[in-house]
Amino acid sequence: MRTARAQAIVWGVVGVLGIAALWELYKALAPEDGVTVGSVTVLPRTTDIAMPHIWDMVTRLFEPVTRAAGADALWWAVLQAAAFSLGIAALGWVLGVVSGMLLALLMQRWLTAESAVLPWVVLSQTVPLIAIAPLVKRWGTNIHMGSFQWENWMSVAVIASYLAFFPVAISALRGLKSPPQADTDLFHAYAAGWWTTLVRLRLPASVPYLMPALKLAAANAVVGTVVAEVSIGLGGGIGRMIIEFAATASGDPAKTWAPIFGAVLIGLLSAGLVALLGRGLGRFRRGEVPA
Amino acid sequence: MAFIATRGARAAAFTAAALGALTLTGCSSDEAEPAATGGDATTGAEAPAELTPVSVQLQWLTQAQFACYYAAADQGYYEDEGLDVTILPGAVDIVPIDVLTSGGADFAISWVPKVLGAIEQGAKVTDVAQIFERSGTTQVAFADSGITSAADLAGKAVGSWGYGNEWELIAGMQANGVTLADLPGGATVQQAFDMNAFIAGDIDAAQAMTYNEYAQVLETVNPETGELYTPEDLVVIDWNEEGTAMLQDAIWADSERLASDEDYAATTTKFIKGTIEGCIYAKDNPEAAADIVTAAGSTLGTSHQLWMTNEVNKLIFPSTAGVGHINEDQWEQTVSLALETVNPEGATIITADPPETAYSNEYVDAALEELKAEGVDVMGEDFTPIEVTLSEGGE
Repeated sequence: MRTARAQAIVWGVVGVLGIAALWELYKALAPEDGVTVGSVTVLPRTTDIAMPHIWDMVTRLFEPVTRAAGADALWWAVLQAAAFSLGIAALGWVLGVVSGMLLALLMQRWLTAESAVLPWVVLSQTVPLIAIAPLVKRWGTNIHMGSFQWENWMSVAVIASYLAFFPVAISALRGLKSPPQADTDLFHAYAAGWWTTLVRLRLPASVPYLMPALKLAAANAVVGTVVAEVSIGLGGGIGRMIIEFAATASGDPAKTWAPIFGAVLIGLLSAGLVALLGRGLGRFRRGEVPA
Repeated sequence: MAFIATRGARAAAFTAAALGALTLTGCSSDEAEPAATGGDATTGAEAPAELTPVSVQLQWLTQAQFACYYAAADQGYYEDEGLDVTILPGAVDIVPIDVLTSGGADFAISWVPKVLGAIEQGAKVTDVAQIFERSGTTQVAFADSGITSAADLAGKAVGSWGYGNEWELIAGMQANGVTLADLPGGATVQQAFDMNAFIAGDIDAAQAMTYNEYAQVLETVNPETGELYTPEDLVVIDWNEEGTAMLQDAIWADSERLASDEDYAATTTKFIKGTIEGCIYAKDNPEAAADIVTAAGSTLGTSHQLWMTNEVNKLIFPSTAGVGHINEDQWEQTVSLALETVNPEGATIITADPPETAYSNEYVDAALEELKAEGVDVMGEDFTPIEVTLSEGGE
């Protein structure tokens, strides 16, 4: 077990180093202007602006964000932004998973609900995010309940959940319907009600379907958070940092990569968290199917 | 059955614990929020109750383009007028006029031609102060590209940001006999938020604000010399000189509220007055103003921020009729260009003259009178821009 884990870590490190080596190798070998077919560039340019050296990007991380007095080191600023975005993404994920599960339960319970709701669930994902984002923000700012005030970060969490609920709803529905007829008949014969059948049979049976969906939802929530931050202008997170740093894309190209590393970090962390959740549900994960 | 029950219960407990942990992480963003966006909302967390809360929606992220507002908030000019101003930074999909008309903000900052289109679509808004008297939009090309004027743009890859930022460019080309059909592919090239495509040569003539993208090029190392690009390496087509400049950053107010709500009308004058004082502060103390903007949450490099402050000052000062006063001739030029300029879809920005409520000098003139009475120089005739040396990456 220990050797297996050590091996996994070694291979993980080798993978990262491999990508870094590949990056530098391509940069060293490919022509400056990239590879073009006709007038279309099929492989990227290798200039320092387009592809900074790995060591430049890493060194840049340990320099301050700006020369302004009291500016944080870049890696620290990125880490703070990543933590901020991850928090919102996690909230969006929870909202998405809860609403996705509720929808799936509704659709499983009543066939009419399924035919009424499912098309809308699918349709909801065809509305572009950039159309939804300003709307959510606008509706939000019109909410006044006592001392409660809708904040921008709540809009971002809602948008993240909008992307996250979809795979959960679809896969959970499949999972809830997955027990074979013989099993449901058995429960029926025992005079078990809908609730008992749900808790004892359908929910456990849905886990193998749910796990991949939860991973997808986590990825969607992260993407949704970053894009929504850019879209509606929430400060403090990775999305906004990407836009802000774009101003230095030619003058200080290494800096623009820092928030991208932050986004990768969030992706890895959220995938890790879901994997951790999956370990706890390991007993139910027989014959897992891809979402 | 019992076996299944245990399994189910354990799974439920675990799920609950995991969800709880994630929810806690989510909640922590709540606490991080004030620290993270503290720079966005300014002035008086513990402001006295009698201050009138006012919000203004900017059209882009926190940067020295909006030094007037941030300086006014930081220096207490708004508070002196009895206002507690919240500055809302813009974003990619935030349209300031939509925010204003939907009640999300009391005032909005936007370019005039974009808003003229919105007014024709039914938005009831009024330009109450024209903070920028000059246009900051240019088209830049490398000196060796053979482009020296707008007429040379035919057949070249011409960059543009779109979203209503392209009108001066199209008007300028049109005035020189170049239509979109003369460009490769019959359209401009979509430009990103950076100048990489221009530097790499994918775009021959790129759209560049004097206060931002132009500086971004000058902050980049020229691989041929190993030094930063210099102004001599570039050709700048200035729409002010070409005669197709349109009015840019203006303060927009809700026309209906101006007509029906006396308090709002009074607040408008106060807000303009504070803003003008902020502009004057930025003119006299560009370094301090740049630092105020950086402290308000901008991550632009120090020399880039100062460059931007200085260039924005040039768009405001010296003023021909007092900062913010809408000059009739410039308004007419903007409107007539908006009527004549044909966009890629073959339409013009507007098809008829805008209503009389589209602009009003009533509030800005009242603010200017008050300032003059206080002995404030609202013309800035003595304005001399500072020399800003840009460093690599804008640092």
